[in-house]
Amino acid sequence: MKKFFLPFALFLVVLGFLAVGLNLNPREVPSPLIGKPAPTFSLPVLGKNQLSMGSQDMRGKVWILNVWASWCVACQTEHPLLVEFAKRNSVALLGLNYKDTPQEAAAWLARFGDPYQLSLEDRQGQVGIDFGVYGVPETFVMDRDGIIRFKHIGPLTPEVIEQQIVPLIGQLNA
Amino acid sequence: MLNQSISHRIAVILLFAMGLWASAGQSQSLPPAASGAEKAVEPTARPRSDNPEIEARTAKLAVELRCLVCQNQTIADSDAPLAVDLRNQIRSQLAQGRSESEIRQYMVDRYGEFILYKPPFDAKTALLWIGPFVILAGALVALLLTIRSRRKKIQLEQFSEQELARARQLLDRTTH
Repeated sequence: MKKFFLPFALFLVVLGFLAVGLNLNPREVPSPLIGKPAPTFSLPVLGKNQLSMGSQDMRGKVWILNVWASWCVACQTEHPLLVEFAKRNSVALLGLNYKDTPQEAAAWLARFGDPYQLSLEDRQGQVGIDFGVYGVPETFVMDRDGIIRFKHIGPLTPEVIEQQIVPLIGQLNA
Repeated sequence: MLNQSISHRIAVILLFAMGLWASAGQSQSLPPAASGAEKAVEPTARPRSDNPEIEARTAKLAVELRCLVCQNQTIADSDAPLAVDLRNQIRSQLAQGRSESEIRQYMVDRYGEFILYKPPFDAKTALLWIGPFVILAGALVALLLTIRSRRKKIQLEQFSEQELARARQLLDRTTH
């Protein structure tokens, strides 16, 4: 019996590693910015000529930054969820219009609805790079001190919103 | 006998073909996606720097950084818009006088160590780098110990006079 114990134990160890490892998404790149201050930025506001907005304007408030673009098909999946979520008025929701043109962005919002308090025009994607954006959509949650507390990669789902974002906002607002 | 060798050959050919097919499948790059995300339809084209030295340094650094969209390519190889943007970042930062290590740190600050195509050797990755050699050394030691203990076992074997006589008998019989 002892002879069989060691290989079997090793097998269980390997099985354990596989069980964890195979459930991970290898394409997901965790953000090194969680717990760090959100990058400073100053960008024009979509639809408001001449007006620009900066990161310091959001100090003192918990806020969500949703990275979107009119050319992004996956954004259409999450958009209705954002429109619904915005109706709750529980948190400031800002859009980062990534590598887009104002005309197409405005047209897209007119067509699919505008849940955002405002959208920022990141035409060259420089602010996106500062946030570590590598795909669209991505969603960030910032606390009152401007620290990034949460990042979601890919379209939002009801589970992510209800089980991760809503509780976090509750915590941060407390 | 003939049937056996033919079916054996067919099996080898099939296995080889499967191996080729499997490796061909892996070299196809999947469409860039980060859990359902998209890439831009038109990347912004920027004029390249006129400075050949900067171009050369950009290319050199670009090979060391991973494209996060097509994750098995460097940003030098990748056509993804993010790769184009990051190459432009490198170019403009080099033109501003930043050093390669500063630019690398810039990228790691935003994207994490995953963006370094060459895994760095530090406390976290030391296990990955040294691990295989440690395991190899361990296996060799285990092998040597096993051989030694087997040898000892053979030396300690005592044979009775009867067994030795019988052995001589057998040997004499077979070696005329």
